[in-house]
This record gives sequence, structure tokens and C-alpha cells, in this order.
Amino acid sequence: MKKNIINYYSLRYIWDLIVILTLKEIKVKYKRNLLGFFWSILNPLLLTLVFIIAFKGVLKIHINNYLLFLITGLFPWQWVTNVILSAPNILLSNASIIKKIKFPYEILPLALTLSEGIHFLLSLLVLIIIGLFYNLKPSINWLWGIPLLLLAQGILIYGLALIISSINLFFRDLERIVQVFMTMLFYLTPILYDIKHIPQKYIIFFALNPFFGIIYEWRTLLLKGYLDIKIYILYLLYSLLIFIVGLKIFRKLSKKFAEAL
Amino acid sequence: MVKDYIITFENVTKWYPLYNVFSQGFKSFILNFKNSLQNLKKKKVVLNNISFSLEKGECLGILGRNGAGKSTLLGLIAGVLHPNKGKVKVKGKVLPLLELGAGFHPELTGRENIFLNATLLGMTKNKIKERIDDIIKFSELEDYIDQPLRTYSSGMITRLAFSISIFIDSDIILLDEILAVGDFRFQEKSFEKILELKEQGKTIIFVSHNPADIKKLCSKALWLENGKIKMFGNVEQVLESYVEML
Repeated sequence: MKKNIINYYSLRYIWDLIVILTLKEIKVKYKRNLLGFFWSILNPLLLTLVFIIAFKGVLKIHINNYLLFLITGLFPWQWVTNVILSAPNILLSNASIIKKIKFPYEILPLALTLSEGIHFLLSLLVLIIIGLFYNLKPSINWLWGIPLLLLAQGILIYGLALIISSINLFFRDLERIVQVFMTMLFYLTPILYDIKHIPQKYIIFFALNPFFGIIYEWRTLLLKGYLDIKIYILYLLYSLLIFIVGLKIFRKLSKKFAEAL
Repeated sequence: MVKDYIITFENVTKWYPLYNVFSQGFKSFILNFKNSLQNLKKKKVVLNNISFSLEKGECLGILGRNGAGKSTLLGLIAGVLHPNKGKVKVKGKVLPLLELGAGFHPELTGRENIFLNATLLGMTKNKIKERIDDIIKFSELEDYIDQPLRTYSSGMITRLAFSISIFIDSDIILLDEILAVGDFRFQEKSFEKILELKEQGKTIIFVSHNPADIKKLCSKALWLENGKIKMFGNVEQVLESYVEML
């Protein structure tokens, strides 16, 4: 019974389905109000402001150019939270079609990941424009480094979205667990602070977080203009592992989707 | 000669666990772990040892009360449900006609929704482009097609959905009581269109409570009762017994 979706559907069709569902997500996100894009950029910018007040103003953290430091971590993280927090509902909100039509359901979380990824790309432009006012030096390495990081992060986010969206159909309180977990993960990922602030003996535990390396690499690439290839490959493999596990769980559960909805 | 069947059900049994979804979530699952495990084993049999087959181009009417297993049967043919026992063989592409507004998004225009819905139903973008004018023409929504769907009446949405479906390539069409499309005139037009598709050699599965509708369209009928086949065969014979029982 096990059929590869590529054999079952034509590649052309898979591509069209990915494009149309991704475009739908983007259109819906920005159609609701004209300011849609600016609102979603405003969110990380306001967070940045609050963290600057709290950590630079009050706690006097020793990081130069803290604004630039923060946005190079917060903007990539925004892609993560936007997808992960919507993932529990992506299948539920498509219940009426999943119950009737057989199509590669894997594409629903993929479209969510991609549409938020495109949004992140746009916000990356905003980040760079802001950065230019604060001494950010564009680097030639960005040309290949940014696509590589987008790939690794996209695979990781998609893998998690596959797991969360499918399990949430059977245990409907996963959504709440995910919310709490994401807040915890935010503080355990070096976004507000630098890797060198983490005590050496604990760093291995921090590094188990799959986003640890990704956020570290974004910051190194954007602020220092290079990509640490060894760390990159390590976390790319980690992301691939999560993606494969996610796909297996999703495929296994997908046979029961129509019953559970 | 061995007949070429397009749909074959071989001793198909389908049950649902009573507690498929732990809507109270992990928390209650773990707190009542013992109970939860026992609940997992409880099941409700919806289809019990069903066997029948259908040839290409035949039209099958499915009769039965609510809860007789009609929707589950359609779900198995569509491939969204999988049998617990037995085998379901379906050759060709199945097209389910969707309920009101399924697969549509209210914020997108009628035209955008045609692309979205037709893609979900298995068409490539190029094919949709070839047929979109016919779809719009059949739906009679030319003046509204670039308006967001939320401005449509429910009748208009059903018309659009129906018009998309009939222009999708398919071998088997699943109709679930949804010939009530828009006003009376459009209903007539839709029924004509379905008869036309039937003449083109498509296989049609039609679920209805109304024996008269089934008689108009179908050559065979299957009567389900409590998950079992009460009767299967020629439409006149099955309908005669069915009406007698009512």
C-alpha cells in the first residue's frame, strides 16, 4: 500500500498545489488589512524596543550595538513562532476538505512554512535597511549564506510543523503545551544573550536545542559576514533528522485524519 | 470473460474507535491512563463485511437511514478512510462533490477560489486556465467572479462549487445529497449536466434519501442498513422493497 507521493501524483501537480496553497496563505494574511505586512514587522520591532529597555537600560547587559544584536536573532525567531503557533490549527481549519478529498496533506504545513518564510525574507530586507543605519556591513558571503540558512531553518520548521499539526488532531491540548514550550524555548535559545554568556559546562545542553545553531549562524552571518560551515552542517543534519521523523509521524497518522476530524 | 470492475469492495469492515480523539487532551489521557487505554479498545462498527462491485459507467444509488454507513462508504471510495478489514479497490480518479463552501476561502475572490478549489480536486494550473471560462459561464457568476467570496450568497457559493466540480477530470463522481444547487432552474441545469457526464461514461455514486432522484439517475442501487447490505442490484427491485419498508 505504501506509495511514494511523487509516484502517485505528478510533480507538476505537486508544484501547483504548493504554489497555490502558499499564495493563499500570503494573500489571506495581507488581505485582511492593508497594513498587514507592517503590523507583522511591527511586532518584532516592538519586542526589540522592550528588550532594549529591559536588558540594556535596566540590566546593563554588555553587548555592543544591542539593537542590531537583537534584531538579527528576533527576526529569524519570528519565522519559527509564526509557524509553530499556527501549526496546531492548520489541519483543523481544513477539516472540510480533508474529510472529503484525498490529496497530499503534507503540503498544508509546507505551505504555512513557506508563506511565513517568504514573509521572513521580506522582513530580512527591513532588518538590513535598519541595520545600515547602525553600522551593519553587507557581506558578499550573504549571497550564499542566506539561502543555506533559509534551507536549514525551513526544513527544521517544516519538520516540527508536521509533528505538531498531526498530533494535535488526536490530542487537542497540544496547542497549549506548544504555546508554553515556545516561550520557554525562546529564553533558552541565544536570542537575547550571546553564546559566550552561557556557562561553559551548560553549553552542551543549550546546544541540544535545534534552533541554537541556526540562530547563532544567522547572527554570525549578518553581523560578522561569515558562516561557520561545521556548525551549519551539524544543525542541517539535525534539522533533516527532525524533518524525517516528522514526515514519518505525519504519514502514519494521516490515514486517520478523516476519522479524527 | 472477466468483467472489468471500477470499484470493488471485498468483505470490507470499518469501525471507529469510540475515543479516537482525546479532545480533553494529554492531560486527561494521562490522568485517566487506565480508563483511556480501555476506551481505546472500544469500537463502533459502521460497515460490516460489505462486498459489492461496480462496472465502469454504471450509476449506483445508495439508500439507507441516517447512520447506516453511507458517508463512510463514500469516504472509503474517496480514499480518505481506510478499511479495518477487507479490501477496497478503486480504479481511476475519484471526484467528491463538496459540501457548501468546503475548500473555499471567504477573503479570496471567486476566480482565486476556482484555482484553489480545482487544484485541491486534482487539476494542474494549466488545465484550470483552459477551463476557467467554461466554469465561470456555467456558474452564471460572470459579474461577481472578481469579488471576494464573503460577498456571495450561499446559493452563489454552491453554484460556483458545482460548476468547478463538473469541469474536473474524473472517472468516478461521488454525489452526497447535493443536487440542491441554487434555484430550481439551476438545479435542473445541474441535473442535466450530471446526466450528460453519465452518458460520457463516468461512474456515479449517488447517496440520497429520495428514491425518486435515485430512480432518475441510477441503474443499480445499494441499500444499507445498520452497516450491512440489505439489498444490492437492479434499481427498480431495490427501490420497490425499500419503499415497501418505508
